Amino acid sequence: MAGSKAIEFILNDKTVSETLPPGMVVLDYLRRHRRMTGTKEGCREGDCGACMVLLGRIEEGRLRYRAVNSCLLPLAELDGRHLVTIEGLNGDSLNPIQQAFFDENASQCGFCTPGMIVSLTGFYLNSDTFTSQQAVAALDGNICRCTGYTSIKRAAGLLAKQADNNLAESDVPRRIQLLVEQKILPSWFLTIFDRLSELQKPLEKERSTTSLLVAGGTDLFVQKPEALLDADFQLLTRDKNLAEIKVEGDLCRIGAAVTVEQLQSSPLVNDMLPDLRDDLRLVSSTPIRSRATVGGNIVNASPIGDLTIWFLALDAAVALNDGVNRRIVALKDFFLDYKKLDKKDDELLEWVQFAIFQKGSRFNFEKVSKRTHLDIASVNSAMLLRRDGDVIVDAGISAGGVAPIPLTLSKTVDFLRGEKLSAQTVKKAAHIAQSEISPISDVRGSAQYKRLLLRQLIFAHFDVLFREYSKEALL
Amino acid sequence: MKHVDIAMHVRGESRFVDDEPAPEGLLHAAVFTSPVSHGKIRSLDVRRTRDMAGVHGVFTAADIPGENQIGNIIQDEPLLAEDYVHFIGQPVALVVAETPEIARAAAQSIDIDIEELPAIFDAREAFAKGELIAPPRTFSLGDTHAAWKKCEHIIEGRVDSGGQEHVYLETQASLAVPEEDRGIKLLSATQSLSMVQKIVARILALPMHKVEVDTLRLGGAFGGKEDQATAWAGLAALAAFKLDRPVKLVLRRDEDMRMTGKRHPYSSDFKIGLAKDGAILAWEAQIFQNAGAAADLSTAILERTLFHVTNSYFIPNVKVTAASCRTNLPPNTAFRGFGGPQAMFLIESAIFKAAAEMGLDPAVIQQKNLLDEGDQFPYGMRAKNCHARPCWDGVEKKYDVKKRRTEIEQFNREHEWRKKGLAMMPICFGISFTSTFLNQASALVHIYQDGTVSVSTAAVEMGQGVKTKIAGIAARVFSIDPQRVRVESSNTRRVANMSPTAASSGADMNGHATRLACEDILARLKQRAAKHFDIDDPQAIDIRDETVFLRDEKTDLHWDELITLTYMDRKSLSAQAHYATPKIYFDKSKEKGEPFAYHVFGAAAVEATVDCLRGAYEIDSVKLVHDVGESLNPHVDRGQIEGGVVQGLGWMTIEELMHSDNGKLLTDSLTTYKVPDIYSAPDIKVHFLQDSKNPPGPFYSKAIGEPPFMYGIGAYFAILRAMKAFRKDVRLEFHSPMTPEKVLLAIYDG
Repeated sequence: MAGSKAIEFILNDKTVSETLPPGMVVLDYLRRHRRMTGTKEGCREGDCGACMVLLGRIEEGRLRYRAVNSCLLPLAELDGRHLVTIEGLNGDSLNPIQQAFFDENASQCGFCTPGMIVSLTGFYLNSDTFTSQQAVAALDGNICRCTGYTSIKRAAGLLAKQADNNLAESDVPRRIQLLVEQKILPSWFLTIFDRLSELQKPLEKERSTTSLLVAGGTDLFVQKPEALLDADFQLLTRDKNLAEIKVEGDLCRIGAAVTVEQLQSSPLVNDMLPDLRDDLRLVSSTPIRSRATVGGNIVNASPIGDLTIWFLALDAAVALNDGVNRRIVALKDFFLDYKKLDKKDDELLEWVQFAIFQKGSRFNFEKVSKRTHLDIASVNSAMLLRRDGDVIVDAGISAGGVAPIPLTLSKTVDFLRGEKLSAQTVKKAAHIAQSEISPISDVRGSAQYKRLLLRQLIFAHFDVLFREYSKEALL
Repeated sequence: MKHVDIAMHVRGESRFVDDEPAPEGLLHAAVFTSPVSHGKIRSLDVRRTRDMAGVHGVFTAADIPGENQIGNIIQDEPLLAEDYVHFIGQPVALVVAETPEIARAAAQSIDIDIEELPAIFDAREAFAKGELIAPPRTFSLGDTHAAWKKCEHIIEGRVDSGGQEHVYLETQASLAVPEEDRGIKLLSATQSLSMVQKIVARILALPMHKVEVDTLRLGGAFGGKEDQATAWAGLAALAAFKLDRPVKLVLRRDEDMRMTGKRHPYSSDFKIGLAKDGAILAWEAQIFQNAGAAADLSTAILERTLFHVTNSYFIPNVKVTAASCRTNLPPNTAFRGFGGPQAMFLIESAIFKAAAEMGLDPAVIQQKNLLDEGDQFPYGMRAKNCHARPCWDGVEKKYDVKKRRTEIEQFNREHEWRKKGLAMMPICFGISFTSTFLNQASALVHIYQDGTVSVSTAAVEMGQGVKTKIAGIAARVFSIDPQRVRVESSNTRRVANMSPTAASSGADMNGHATRLACEDILARLKQRAAKHFDIDDPQAIDIRDETVFLRDEKTDLHWDELITLTYMDRKSLSAQAHYATPKIYFDKSKEKGEPFAYHVFGAAAVEATVDCLRGAYEIDSVKLVHDVGESLNPHVDRGQIEGGVVQGLGWMTIEELMHSDNGKLLTDSLTTYKVPDIYSAPDIKVHFLQDSKNPPGPFYSKAIGEPPFMYGIGAYFAILRAMKAFRKDVRLEFHSPMTPEKVLLAIYDG
């Protein structure tokens, strides 16, 4: 996209047009080019939240805002959109979120605070319930080193208590209106929908074989921001076709650009997987989940990608398209070696699909990391199991962090098929799994630990799904 | 009274160094550092880098006009490596360019050839090879040798505690601006302005009066900007001085994590002797501190370890030796608690192990040995105003610990995989710099003609609320609205010879100095008011809520008019005052003295739940009674306690520094080094000990910054208790942090 047309967007209440490099991250743009220094740089990798901004766009005719990490957000993503910073949220007096922080002394050094205020503004704009747990959840991507979060939780509790009940039931335009009335948003928010609609639509460029494809960018902008600054790249998040979740016959098909957040809120997927919301809460943070995509997680080829592990257990397949032909590859065959894929440079991963669950199927996802939330797993694993009475009809088990690739435990599955459910079976399965893995020691844990942990997570799958096996029976 | 900056903080309007508007002609610097842990520099070639587009200068040790030395207590640390490198991340050269990106990219083109030498990363190995920062020190009391014979139980063991990265949200930052007449003005994110001033003067061969240092606020510091802000200020100053252009140096997170020191890892051997009833009769330990490659503050930190090696307990026979060992890691440095937490983890581990062998709850031994009034510390001082027991008893009563224990037993019976544990954690922490000379501060107070007040002190605001406390003190002495008081940035031109804002003593010492300066002006105001009412005795005058009272009667004279009258009468509305903490001393030749103005006491009950299927855990609650004296500001004190607790929990649980075999930091990002997030924070209940008055503190208050950190230590033992509930014979290892990995490996060992 280098050298293309100017990027036009609304920055708080001003329409602006910029010809800066599209790969520049919004954090640098704000601080260096606009001298808006309320957005802070804490880590440049989406792990601290000090640089939080709101990104607004029109989706299916409605304005949607999300809190995102500006350190991982390229300027190109602003095209035709609304960028809101802490400066934009400031009024003459403190707004109710700021006031709650003030009242509860929820700021000490002040460096992380603007990001927290922005995240909580995102909470008001998006949440479907206004409990203090939900308010706290909105801060799952914000690190504070001073307060111990206790005063912040008090402020979040205060905000939840004060929240207008009508908010939860209001659709977007009405909600923005209510938030303006409550002075949580400045009044110019009411003009944004019309103004965004009038902004020239960003041109969709033909996908060229030489452009670098960028989805959510939540890992790419951590790994190689310098290379992206002047790169010719294309944003897959702009392609609506890639962002659909649909059913085709007995298959569920998830577009590569579907975000984790979309997955989390999809009624279709939730119906199949009742624990989905909780499971996905263990995947990064609210702002990352609103950017990170299914396709990105898969092609990143991390041996520990949470969604990849999830899809492997579902025996999913991916569609690859080189612009002429499409081919379907089983996900378990897609990973060749560490960070090596069965994918040619000019192929785009379009979607991932898996069979809709049959009766008797149960799914469980396990992840253990040093820190429970917003951390990368030491080992993760998913299991899909279908039984008839106490006989296992079919199973899928995957494991991450125990091999150079995200692993399907095929031998374990082969063993399980046709076995009777019993503690003995579980133990044997866990034992066979040990023969399939080859973990290494790294910052996520020692090889010895990962071996033990996988055994425990296999126990945990059965414990969660069947609650039948005692400690004595298993150990 | 609220935190004075909080309204700006929530609007994102508070400025940090990197937020200041760029001075005209600003250049940006990046640091080129050693890629090896130990080696001799064969050649260093920066010519190619110098010629790169956008590069304005590349500086090496050879370009330093003065001394290439930033060490303070011991002068063993160059600003830029000269012939040898001693750790990965040691600054070797500075590249200055139009943008930070150009500077960073250019730094990669520097050619360096290093002959690698053997490196040491382990403190015990360094000790064995005689690599010591200073000779070992021993604190002793009574006669341990004789005492062992009287002990019913003697338990020995080893304790290791890991380092800790500060993760101040604002990374190290400095902006140097050349001034006329070859002077330098620095905006530095430092806790120690006078040190920056002194060392920049040394590096540039300037008199100190040509170096001005100003610090508005820090985005967190926790000790990490006490000695370790100096290098970055020195580098920015060097470049600005040589190029005659303003130069900014802001470390990126990964650079900051790789280049700066951390909390010291410790490794210790102990021997503890107890009577049948749990009374601790004798306590011996040999402590090895991993200092890193240069002294930094290590010797002072080691000294504080020795001061706190008996925590909250009276032990009649003590002999503890500690050595600061030189390794090839970045110089480790101050971090909240300053060696105290390592000492407390050591004794608490010993007590836990002893309790396990004696079949007791550790709390029985803890409670039995708590300090009483008049008990002697190993360094000779006696416990005064001792609140160890009132705090402990307060926790037991206020939070009904007995009932909680029963409920936990019940829970553990009912749950097969999930187990709970409760640990008590008493603390006792001495307040004052253990280097006596640092216990001084001064303040400069002005009253302007509109009745507003400006206060300058050495106290650096880093979130700990010291500005708020000082504003409160000034407002209290004058009896005016705190809104009239502005606490200024710290600046070496307004306040000279500052001690660092550290040792929890910022509000104590700078508060006292502020009080004295305000009292000085107040005396003149009273004289002027007496004159106004035509009386001789200024003692008859009082100011209450901005109104002058005469013999307890309200008058019409208001603060504003009194200020005008005083000014028109040509009396000074300014004062400077100096405060030196009285009575304290320490004789290092005997290792005895009264090093502290007083002690802070407290106790906490910490609960944890361990998922023994997965090895994961949660810290459920920390309920504590803390001795704040008469709090100067309950909001600030509560915030410091809550924040300290969570930081302490982090150190004990998930914050784990990992290095490669050749000494490279592997956990150099927030992706790999995990600090507590909002979900990690437990339910924290804070209760201030009632009826505590602290005569040495300003308005009977006590210092707050560091002590609460050490409640977090209880988490280690709460988790261990839960693990024991799952498996009685669980292997007891005392090696923090207690990561989920350690939990799982321990409970399924064998």
